[in-house]
Amino acid sequence: MKYVDEYRDLELAGKLAKEIERLCTQRWTIMEVCGGQTHTILQFGIEDLLPANVNLVHGPGCPVCVTPVSLIDRAIAIASLPKVIFCSFGDMLRVPGSTVDLLEAKARGADVRIVYSPLDAVKLAKQNPQMDVVFFAVGFETTAPANAMSLHQAKKLNLTNYFVLSSQVLVPPVCASVLSSADNQVQAFIGPGHVCTITGLNEYKNLAQTYKVPIVVAGFEPIDILESILLCITQLESGRHEVINQYKRVVEAQGNLTAQKLLQEVFEVCDREWRGLGWIENSGLKLGSNYKDFDADLHFEKTSLVEISESAECISGQILRGTKKPTDCSAFGTRCTPDKPLGATMVSSEGTCANYFKFKRFELDSTTS
Amino acid sequence: MQSCGIPIESTDVIRLGHGSGGKLTEQLVEQIFIPRIGNPILNALDDAALLQIGGSKLAFSTDSYVVKPLFFPGGDIGSLSVHGTINDLSMRMAEPLYLSAAFIIEEGFSIAELEKIVDSFAVAAREANVQVVAADTKVVNRGAGDGVYINTTGIGIIKVINPPSANKAKPGDSVIVSGDLGRHGISVLCLREGLDLETELQSDCASLNNLVLSLTPFENSLHCMRDLTRGGLSSALNEIAHASNVGIIINDSQIAINPAVKGACELLGLDPLYVACEGRFVCIVDSTIADRVVEALRINKLGCDAAIIGSVTTEHPGRVVSKTSIGGRRIVDKLSGDQLPRIC
Repeated sequence: MKYVDEYRDLELAGKLAKEIERLCTQRWTIMEVCGGQTHTILQFGIEDLLPANVNLVHGPGCPVCVTPVSLIDRAIAIASLPKVIFCSFGDMLRVPGSTVDLLEAKARGADVRIVYSPLDAVKLAKQNPQMDVVFFAVGFETTAPANAMSLHQAKKLNLTNYFVLSSQVLVPPVCASVLSSADNQVQAFIGPGHVCTITGLNEYKNLAQTYKVPIVVAGFEPIDILESILLCITQLESGRHEVINQYKRVVEAQGNLTAQKLLQEVFEVCDREWRGLGWIENSGLKLGSNYKDFDADLHFEKTSLVEISESAECISGQILRGTKKPTDCSAFGTRCTPDKPLGATMVSSEGTCANYFKFKRFELDSTTS
Repeated sequence: MQSCGIPIESTDVIRLGHGSGGKLTEQLVEQIFIPRIGNPILNALDDAALLQIGGSKLAFSTDSYVVKPLFFPGGDIGSLSVHGTINDLSMRMAEPLYLSAAFIIEEGFSIAELEKIVDSFAVAAREANVQVVAADTKVVNRGAGDGVYINTTGIGIIKVINPPSANKAKPGDSVIVSGDLGRHGISVLCLREGLDLETELQSDCASLNNLVLSLTPFENSLHCMRDLTRGGLSSALNEIAHASNVGIIINDSQIAINPAVKGACELLGLDPLYVACEGRFVCIVDSTIADRVVEALRINKLGCDAAIIGSVTTEHPGRVVSKTSIGGRRIVDKLSGDQLPRIC
């Protein structure tokens, strides 16, 4: 299959791995930002090909994982209201709130539907004028334009029954937060290819300069990841800190200007809480003043919610910052599994702990699964 | 304090995931059904029960079909409900003889569509050389069903002395898959969700009895056989690894996947190893006859893409491990519930 098979080639992978080994003279810690990239690394066993002194740590780029429990509870409360059709992307449904997840809410009678595009939710709103249709807008800059487009269309159609519950988050502020934490170990980033397709490279150039850290904006296939590691190591070994676009077949330096304009029209930057990391300034998007009427958070009455405290044992904050790995956690694979997650990184299929559990727990007994 | 809410398995209502064939289904079977209605035959949890009646050895199996949409490229609920039960019998190397059919029909359902479904049911039964000898119809109120549900039960006779079972895999055995993966799951998903992927992909839905019976000459070296339905290849291999207490290693690059299936899976973030088939099976055979089994399968149209995809090992008992296309390795785990499309 074109654009896939050539990026999963055994021979090329071997060559890149050898070149990485040849160039690497010391231990380097590289973080891939995106959950999709973490998934590729684990799904294809990329670390099996790398020399021991390349230390891959896995970043906060799983939007499902970093959605705070309080917001999931809010989503479940709204979904459980009569006359509400609650729409979400698939992998958000299994993320536990403080008592149930959206799938369980569905089993108990809530009208919860998986959609493949927010525009499908707009269509549902048009077809069901007697119902309130709510879309759970979770994601980074990649999903934001489609979510913005759904609001733009809803406004154009004069819909009064379409609402968005926004949990949009932004990548550069969280990267800055990782780099400025006291115990930071990250020396280079494998940057988020799909996010940069929308935003372009400018903000990453600022990051690279401010923190003197090389950033290679990468694709999501194994060869993309290996090539990006090589480009990171090359820079690290020669003391450079530039932004390199490895994903040229998709990403343009200026990004998608139409999408950027739409985002500005619909959303406003706001502070956001990240599960496992806490509040980060200017790290999210909320509906802008022209779109207040579509804001599910404002439209639906707030009910009193259970206070959530994170597990004392869970180290997901350190995992998201790259200072620890899942296997450093005493609960990993025993007291904490995808069916019984203790924290952010075990909850979604793109979470680092969930990926380690699924693809990499060779050392654990099969009876624990 | 645990922050992340209740463990999934402590749920007190049925969720769709309980029907996915993965871990939740396993829990339902082990915690609700086996303790109450279990017995040594049922507890074996094979595709079909093995019954010794007088001098005859019979295979007996039942399955209910609730597919949506009722008509899909390559088949419909009528043909599917014949193929599925025939295939469950075939996995014990039984020759299917008789079927029962129970139709649960929703008030308001079109008679013309019902005729189409029963026509294709009849054609599938004729082609598989089975007779429908008992039947039932029920009609439920509008809204209480998705058009038509069908249950079929089948009986077949086992002529081989040592029929395959999930607990017979041995280290050193070869793993063979009868064809490419995921056609049924993806073609139904695309139609149900209105995903227009501009493909002419058809379900692989077919009766496997003739294909399986062509392997009779190898009966003593055929250790396990599973058809790849809910949960796909991964569930079948995990069940075998677990039941036989062996490890299984598969090679990603040797598993055939149609480009349209691969494309759809890439787009939706699904893993083809977990996607349902309705006309494919995996068998675990003595490695000395593996090439001959593949040759025998390839003679039949339904087995033309058969291939050896892996082997059985003493390492990592109970686990399925895949060697990836770039030379790494990963675990191929059981599914927890249904596969859910990823956000990005």
